[in-house]
Amino acid sequence: MSKTKLKVNKQTKKRYIWAYAFILPQLIVFLGLSLYPIIMSYVYSLYDWSGIGPMTDFVGFDNYLKVFSEEKFWNAFKNTFIYTAGFVTISVSIALLFALILNNPKLKGRVVYRTVYFLPVVTTTAIVGIIMKNIFGNTGLINDVLQMIGVIDQAVPWLTNPVTAMIVLIIVGSWKEIGIIMIYWLTGLQMIPKELYEAAKIDGASSWQVLRHITLPLLAPIGATILLLTTVSSMRVFDLVKTLTDGGPFFSTETLELYIYRFAFASEGPSQVGYASTVGVILGVAVFIISLMLGWIVMKVNKHKNKDAISTGGKKL
Amino acid sequence: MNSKLTMGLTHVFLIIFGLIWIYPFIWMVSSSFKTNASFLTSGSNPIPEELHWENYARAWNVANFSSYFLNSVIITLGTVIIVVLLSCLTGYALGRVDFPGRKTIIVITGALMFIPTGYTIIPLYELMKFLGLSNTIFGVVLAESSGAHVLFILLFAAFFSRVPKEIEEAATIDGSGFLGTFFRVILPSAKPVVATAVIMQFIWTWSSFLIPLVLTLNNPELRTLAVGMLSFVGKYQTDWTGMAAGASISLLPVILIFIIMQRYFIEGISGSVK
Repeated sequence: MSKTKLKVNKQTKKRYIWAYAFILPQLIVFLGLSLYPIIMSYVYSLYDWSGIGPMTDFVGFDNYLKVFSEEKFWNAFKNTFIYTAGFVTISVSIALLFALILNNPKLKGRVVYRTVYFLPVVTTTAIVGIIMKNIFGNTGLINDVLQMIGVIDQAVPWLTNPVTAMIVLIIVGSWKEIGIIMIYWLTGLQMIPKELYEAAKIDGASSWQVLRHITLPLLAPIGATILLLTTVSSMRVFDLVKTLTDGGPFFSTETLELYIYRFAFASEGPSQVGYASTVGVILGVAVFIISLMLGWIVMKVNKHKNKDAISTGGKKL
Repeated sequence: MNSKLTMGLTHVFLIIFGLIWIYPFIWMVSSSFKTNASFLTSGSNPIPEELHWENYARAWNVANFSSYFLNSVIITLGTVIIVVLLSCLTGYALGRVDFPGRKTIIVITGALMFIPTGYTIIPLYELMKFLGLSNTIFGVVLAESSGAHVLFILLFAAFFSRVPKEIEEAATIDGSGFLGTFFRVILPSAKPVVATAVIMQFIWTWSSFLIPLVLTLNNPELRTLAVGMLSFVGKYQTDWTGMAAGASISLLPVILIFIIMQRYFIEGISGSVK
């Protein structure tokens, strides 16, 4: 008896060792390439450092004071939020519309439609930016078509006007990501119990009533999660801005990531790695605070929804 | 309400909107077959008069797209192998073995999802410089593999935890060790998850921009397709059709893979959202 137990123990122990061995490579990569860089960006932010030679000039929070008094930083900060607000509003709502249409099981060819609307998601953002730069250029397709159908008389300089440049950026960014957000919404739609729809049908509810009283309330929790995901990812927009407008005209589309890149890697004088890291830390903290706030909303909505679903369900059944 | 009519109108809307949706790709491919002169005069007409393949030859040979292509392939394959291997090993240990500390690791892995790693590019660049790996292909591959692959780890863990115990026991009785059982019996059964992870990571790395841009700043020979496009546009400002050919070369592999595997891909994503 005790002999078998000993044997089992020995075997279990061996399994544990194997399990640790299996995790070890991922752990090394995580510690070295994720955790270490996160910590180091905080360290760099306390130094006045060009990235060349040893890090000797400890300046404490001077970089932070410098960042906050820099007009161009606040400009980039503001632009990031304008982009995020525009992008989230447009992409989340249009994606919901597509998902509602493409969730209909009676609709033939819906897999083909989903594939078509999903296509921009898998393509390379940087290349999309370059293509769109052409399409929205002065002699590009958009001006050409708008002139042909008589909406405008003269070519509109979409990308060289500060206001329209931001609008184009938001439209192209939304076009690129709507497909994936549509898939998130479709997942949410498929999680709604079919019985609720059947009961509503028996009660003679119109499709508008079904949408308002069943579909939308039950989508609220996943909607909150989608809001969180899209907001956080759009605050880190880089590829598209770099290739479509490069922050211009006159810094009107420069976002925080572009600002960081400019100071760390593409500055005209010596690089300012310490300063750029400071902006990186601030962006990280901003994203973290917003995630917390939106995460709190996700939890709230989840709680609220559970109560709501019970009352709706009770009434309908 | 006539439901047949509604359905017909829905199709009309979806088709017209779908065409507008993919027009940039149609425009890109058609422009790549035009001459620069006809590109400027033909406006929105997508149909080229004749197929000018020389745009592709020019992009491939003169603008260095052949070497950009090779770099993209090597970097993408290297990253896919590292990421998928690491996350399937971790996923197996987490999903299958109830070792001490397992719960802690799962909680930490879950929390990592919410740590923004986008701003770590500066320390990553400095780290690669310190290791002597900046401006090398291996450095780019390592940096590309750096993200926390929480999604894949969780997918693998969930899959492996559902594999029946009997399969593993049978293999052990046949004299297979832990490692042998994993590679010969368990891993082959995880093909759908491996496929999902491979496709998703392939598309992410192929499209990656910031890391290859920064890590090849001083060595243009190592540029990937996405980064090479940018310099191409800067250098040959007026060669629109060469640009369109370059863009087609860059997007074609990823679009092909997506169309062939789209079922797997879309299901893989919606499965992971749940």
